[in-house]
Amino acid sequence: MNYELIGITVLWTFLYGYLIVASIDFGAGFFSYYTKQTKKDHLIHNIIQRYLSPVWEVTNVFLIFFIIGIVGFFPSTAYYYGSALLVPGSISIILLAIRGSYYAFATYGAKESKLYSFLYGATGLLIPASLSTVLTISEGGYVSTESGRVQLLYGELFGSPYSWGVVILAIVSVLFISASFLTYYASRAKDAQALKLLRKYALIWAFPAISMGVIVFFLLGQRNAMHFENMVDIWWAFGLSFVAFLWATYLIWKGKNYGTAFILVMIQYFTAFFGYGAAHLPYLLYPYLTIYDGFTNETMAISLIAAFIAGLLLLIPSLYLLMKLFLFDADYVEGKKPKAL
Amino acid sequence: MFVEYDPVLYSRILTALTLGFHVIFATLGVGVPLMIAIAEWMGIRRNDPHYTLMARRWARGFVVTVAVGVVTGTAIALQLSLLWPNFMQAAGHTIGLPMFMEAFAFFFEAIFLGIYLYTWDRFKSKLKHFLLIIPIVIGATASAFFITTVNSFMNAPQGFTIVDGILTDVSPLAAMFNPATPTKIAHVIVTCYLTSAFVLGAIAAFNLLKGKTHVYHKKALHLTMVTGVIFAIGTAVIGDLSGKYLHEYQPEKLAAAEWHFETESEAPLILGGILTEDNEVRFALEIPYALSILAGGSTDTVVVGLNDFPEEYLPPLWVHYMFDLMVFIGMYLAAVSTLFVFVNWKKNWNAFNRPLLWSVFAGGPLAMVAIQSGWLFAEVGRQPWILNGVMTVAEGATTSQHVDIMLVLFIILYTILGTTCVMVLRRMFKSNPVEHELEKRGLVHLNSHVSNQ
Ligand code: HDD
Ligand code: HEM
Ligand code: HEM
Repeated sequence: MNYELIGITVLWTFLYGYLIVASIDFGAGFFSYYTKQTKKDHLIHNIIQRYLSPVWEVTNVFLIFFIIGIVGFFPSTAYYYGSALLVPGSISIILLAIRGSYYAFATYGAKESKLYSFLYGATGLLIPASLSTVLTISEGGYVSTESGRVQLLYGELFGSPYSWGVVILAIVSVLFISASFLTYYASRAKDAQALKLLRKYALIWAFPAISMGVIVFFLLGQRNAMHFENMVDIWWAFGLSFVAFLWATYLIWKGKNYGTAFILVMIQYFTAFFGYGAAHLPYLLYPYLTIYDGFTNETMAISLIAAFIAGLLLLIPSLYLLMKLFLFDADYVEGKKPKAL
Repeated sequence: MFVEYDPVLYSRILTALTLGFHVIFATLGVGVPLMIAIAEWMGIRRNDPHYTLMARRWARGFVVTVAVGVVTGTAIALQLSLLWPNFMQAAGHTIGLPMFMEAFAFFFEAIFLGIYLYTWDRFKSKLKHFLLIIPIVIGATASAFFITTVNSFMNAPQGFTIVDGILTDVSPLAAMFNPATPTKIAHVIVTCYLTSAFVLGAIAAFNLLKGKTHVYHKKALHLTMVTGVIFAIGTAVIGDLSGKYLHEYQPEKLAAAEWHFETESEAPLILGGILTEDNEVRFALEIPYALSILAGGSTDTVVVGLNDFPEEYLPPLWVHYMFDLMVFIGMYLAAVSTLFVFVNWKKNWNAFNRPLLWSVFAGGPLAMVAIQSGWLFAEVGRQPWILNGVMTVAEGATTSQHVDIMLVLFIILYTILGTTCVMVLRRMFKSNPVEHELEKRGLVHLNSHVSNQ
């Protein structure tokens, strides 16, 4: 494996990490808002609060890692994506800012507020929608480099079925991933009422999630034939993903082994996400930029990888501690441990 | 508006806005964990629950400011690529490493912050909980360390060679540890501590001024002022070293800060004043020899003047006021904290008199002003370069349309975030005043209500 591949694999792994933890968080925000509207929030409020409060900041860092890392390994992405994405990027920043701060304000500071919970719920769906456009743009055809200036073609972006397909896929996936995790968390907390509701949500969103996956797959065929064919070549990755999906949904439907079911959901997205990414290579942005253009120098690549390994050695034990205290500590999960600030 | 759209200008304003807003919260984010750690440690050492409660209340406020720090930091991380794509493309080859490590430092800090906040009553041993704040202090200070190496690199770029406009022969470590790094890092970190001590001190002083008499507030004030003295002296010493760095590596910045036109030895330090059309300094206070001493440690140090630099490479001269403001506030903070500690040490004097309390109270906002003016001086003083001597700001900037609209959006965002943050903090502490919490925890009668002597 060359440095370019190692680099992009590391970054893609972070993005996958973000996909999972952020989906849980975004979906939880939406469910918490939705149940408030339908007056069912007393059922799941505690579950969501207990899980989210200690971990929200960690979620954000996954994204930072990806952004900082990609500029470090592939500085030219800053030039292309940075120039093209000024407006959508700024909008994502604003949404993330509203979400992060208002969540903290509502949880630590203020009394319950309708506005906070609305913002928290709405941004939960808008952020995945806006972030997913980056993947859309990477397929090519949405960016022009006329007269030496990189520009985003808004008409193309908003007029293409593919880009809307990706947006919907992102939203339904968020809801499915989140619901299946919270189902598991509720079952650990032995909270039967919450479990019942969340299990229902997981089952409701399972079908839309998988069908959007399939639809987007075929839409991509019209958009970027090269990428599509590469994906067909590694069809088994997507087959695996589908099997994991079926199995996970079966378990949730049967009402048993929610932990295994969530792991299967993670596998479902892992295989699909890495299959998509592997087929995308070597392009970072069709047709302008591959991982071999403007790759950072070798010394930097080595030091980034070394820093990465050293960082992991530090983080894994700490993350383990976090999970042990909040995710796997039965008393905490069941709400028997004090949670005072 | 009839101003021609200029993406460079708007990018500069937007960068300054985001960083200026971020640094308010970042400064507290670096300094407050240390103050919390000191308070919690005192609580254990002296077996005094007041200090433990202090740590706990500070930590509660801290979460709210961290939240804003995190989201504005996320904003600046993205904006660097969005607004300065050419700069990031070039500099990414050299500064990727410290930025990557900064992200690790955040990660580390974020994990332990999550644990720390929710485990106050979970461990039998108090020491165990105290240990959890240590990684937070380390993580916060490390992130300031790494990001400041990036800024140092922008001031004193090294660790690469340029062949046909492309950076080659890169040494990330040499880029990180450039000549600007030692003074810059030390000064930034110690001023973060100083500012946090004063902001917390100002809150204690404010409560005492409002007529609250509980000894809790006095302990808080004393703790913050004792640490304040140490950090204030550290700030002045390192600030002096920063001046010596500038003299050696960025003489035009120092000359601009001091309106120093003629190259000469025994140069005076100029405080305040105004500059006339033909570059004459009026109404200023001159301290003889002081600039030579600041620059080189002796009166016969020759300080290069502005006239010796090509005009197009000079920064705007208003940075002089920024420099003066920072140094003045530095002296003020050192004086106030020293005075407080001295008066308090004198057995029969009352350190909690109103004029002194007001002076301490003013120190909180002033310290924040010093942070802002210090950064304005350091960044604007580097103009027209984004990478000193290598790339100009105009070369680094985006060419996109709509930077102006984004600027308006972000002004609105920061206004809303700032106001809500203040409102939330006020509500949080008003609805749960110290006195109330002391009572709830059964700590009221612990040598409380010591009268004002
Ligand atoms: C509470 C804040 C504060 C206070 C009281 C001071 N400073 Fe400062 N100063 C900063 C906060 C700051 C800063 C915000 O942290 C800066 C901006 C960039 C940097 O490296 O640190 C800075 C920069 C800075 C620089 C420019 C360094 C560069 O551009 O590379 C010099 C020469 C000094 N300071 C000198 C001083 C002196 C002689 C002080 C006298 C006591 C002083 N500062 C007080
Ligand atoms: C956090 C404290 C900081 C503040 C308050 C601050 C403030 C400013 C200001 C006022 C400007 C505009 C200068 C001008 O246009 O005349 C600026 C520019 C800039 N700063 Fe900083 N800065 C800070 C730290 C940093 C750091 C640590 C970095 C590097 C990672 C950085 C990167 C930049 C860049 C890229 C520009 C635009 C180019 C330029 O105008 O020179 N800043 N900053
Ligand atoms: C010298 C000036 C700066 C200091 C002292 C500083 C320090 C901090 C601190 C203390 C936080 C809060 C994080 C926490 O408490 O968990 C923070 C957040 C952040 N800062 Fe800054 N920062 C500075 C400038 C910058 C610049 C120029 C960038 C851009 C590269 C940046 C990027 C970030 C990011 C991405 C975050 C959010 C991290 C997260 O998600 O936890 N900072 N910074």
